[in-house]
Amino acid sequence: MNQLDHATTAPGEEHDTRAEAATGPLFGSCPLPIFEHKNIVLGHGSGGKLTAELISKIFLPAFANPILDKLDDQAVLDINGTRLAFTTDGFVVTPIFFPGGDIGRLAVNGTVNDLAMSGARPLYLSAAFILEEGLPAQDLQRVVESMGAAAREAGVQLVTGDTKVVNRGKGDQIFITTTGIGVIERPVHISANRARPGDKIILSGYIGDHGMAIMSQRENLEFEGAIESDCAPLHGLVAAMLDACVEAASDHPMHCLRDPTRGGVATTLNEIASQSKVGLLIREPLVPVRESVKGACEILGLDPLYVANEGKLLAIVAAESADAVLQHMRAHPLGQDAQIIGEAVSEHPGMVRMETAVGGSRILDVMFGEQLPRIC
Amino acid sequence: MKYLDEYRDGRVARKIVDEIRRVQTKPWVIMEVCGGQTHSIVKNGIDYLLPEGVELVHGPGCPVCVTPLEMIDKAHAIARRPDVIFCSFGDMLRVPGSDGDLFTIKSEGGDVRVVYSPLDCLKIARANSGKQVVFFAIGFETTAPANAMLAWRAKQERVRNISLLVSHVLVPPALAAILQSPQNRVQGFLGPGHVCAVMGYEEYEPISAHFHVPIVITGFEPLDILQGTLMTIRQLETERAEVENEYSRILNREGNKAAQKLVFQVFEIADRKWRGIGMIPKSGYRLRPEFSEHDAEKLFDVAEIDTREPEICISGQILRGIKKPKDCPAFGTQCTPQHPLGATMVSAEGACAAYYAYGRHLKKEEVDVPVHSLGGAA
Repeated sequence: MNQLDHATTAPGEEHDTRAEAATGPLFGSCPLPIFEHKNIVLGHGSGGKLTAELISKIFLPAFANPILDKLDDQAVLDINGTRLAFTTDGFVVTPIFFPGGDIGRLAVNGTVNDLAMSGARPLYLSAAFILEEGLPAQDLQRVVESMGAAAREAGVQLVTGDTKVVNRGKGDQIFITTTGIGVIERPVHISANRARPGDKIILSGYIGDHGMAIMSQRENLEFEGAIESDCAPLHGLVAAMLDACVEAASDHPMHCLRDPTRGGVATTLNEIASQSKVGLLIREPLVPVRESVKGACEILGLDPLYVANEGKLLAIVAAESADAVLQHMRAHPLGQDAQIIGEAVSEHPGMVRMETAVGGSRILDVMFGEQLPRIC
Repeated sequence: MKYLDEYRDGRVARKIVDEIRRVQTKPWVIMEVCGGQTHSIVKNGIDYLLPEGVELVHGPGCPVCVTPLEMIDKAHAIARRPDVIFCSFGDMLRVPGSDGDLFTIKSEGGDVRVVYSPLDCLKIARANSGKQVVFFAIGFETTAPANAMLAWRAKQERVRNISLLVSHVLVPPALAAILQSPQNRVQGFLGPGHVCAVMGYEEYEPISAHFHVPIVITGFEPLDILQGTLMTIRQLETERAEVENEYSRILNREGNKAAQKLVFQVFEIADRKWRGIGMIPKSGYRLRPEFSEHDAEKLFDVAEIDTREPEICISGQILRGIKKPKDCPAFGTQCTPQHPLGATMVSAEGACAAYYAYGRHLKKEEVDVPVHSLGGAA
């Protein structure tokens, strides 16, 4: 048993006992370990261990059902023989306009991508807006027009919605929730629990662009060469990848697909390793990171492997199909820089290991909460 | 940004490691002083590259780790006040005091803000004239100039609603304390690169001479650390004890004179308590009396807060290189970054937290698979 198993699925009883032990006689005079938060802290929204704890302790017990329990980014529903993908996502980004995109474009593509990661063709979206009193109408118009453009680009329609306004100070300009539905037309069964030893890990391109674009805008940091968000709809790329797969009747070679958004590549790989109960091994020199992103991360003391992406995907593919999938990806505009970055292994199940550039080795753990800039 | 990959080149790393193997004839214990170096060592797996017999132990140079618990409690008492905007470097936010951390205080309504530069506080203070902006001025000599600049400008520009909660510590007295300890195992040091970029390294020469110990001022990239280790071993093998500078692309013997001048205008040397180690005479800075109107400890009457440090945690021995994180029975079980029980688990730069983050709490057999086992996917 390792900490990753219960970090992403059920950080339950074992942690409880540890917390008790920690406050027991042995460590009686120690500083109070923070385990049960009285209030929600920002880290609960980071996509790391605290988020997992929130899901397993509060949401899962209330809603438990076999579809939710899979903890995929979307639910796959079988309705009279038609397989539908169904997902929802809330967007609260500050600033609402950033290099390479805005909250509207993000809200469309984020949901489109969650559908795409099941192999679905995205069809329809809904949008709910929570607006803060005082938001300039012009800003709203700009966001909504951008959503329209993004929807057309992705080939989906926004077919229903809702608007609420809250008092000034009770929201942050604009929050958008989008829900999406798509249809799975291919004989695929893509899930984070299907990685097998020997599978190849493919990353579709440069990582960390979105997170660092937001961060540099938010903190007014100016770096050489502006960093732009990679916000993009990925279902076209997914379709190209599935076209490349040699379809075997019993085992479709596309095992897992995930877009490494919040928490970044390291967090997504950990989810896959944990749910598939395999080890994942990646090589640092093969992971594409732009010089500008690398530099910005270095200055802020952040690790690009934990920084959010909005237009990248990670695929776990059966070894015999990996090269064909990679070729198809590289022929697609959103997969030109795709790389095989490693493979699934039978050793260290549930864990992600990285061979470092200098030839050392380290474990990529799940982030606890927010990534914090270091002092020096 | 240039000059990152150049210092992470695997081929050059292997050459340096080969050279270390060639010159090393005996086992040696070398301490890297800085938390940043510890972080780099475990992040890049450098200790796995070194030959057996070269042991890196982790030093006290993690500013968050050595900030005493009572100072954290003082910070929290101030941050809870409704008339205060409390500003801090990011990794201080998660450090638990006797009752919660700054994130908790923020979730309960405290105005806690992360700043990248202490000078950001000037802007915040001007925009919030009805509130007292308190900056948690912690760290070693590295952060001292920027922290001093905040106090200096606040005084100069008469921004009265700025104050500093100062908990500054100095490296040389800590090295002397480590070497004086009867349990000391350290035979050579990778000296603190960023600290020396400010202070120079002249003040390390008497320590090196008195204790007959090599000190190689070293940078933070993997090749820096390997090269610094090689230089230290060369000295040890030839029984030399000198101060050498591996990080010459950044610093020289004199350091940054302008920064030093500013630091001494604002701060004076004081006795400081180190978390996990205890009181070390003349081992830190406090504000000079002429800056007392910007001294948060005086403004907020928190001088009485005196928290007892836990006695069971071995972080004091870890910070002095006597023990390693894995020697602690609580490491990775009762004590994790989520539930830190001691100094070295609280900051990402702390030895225990760095070991934890990079999987060193896992059993060796669980992760010990051959390196270079991947196919040619490039």
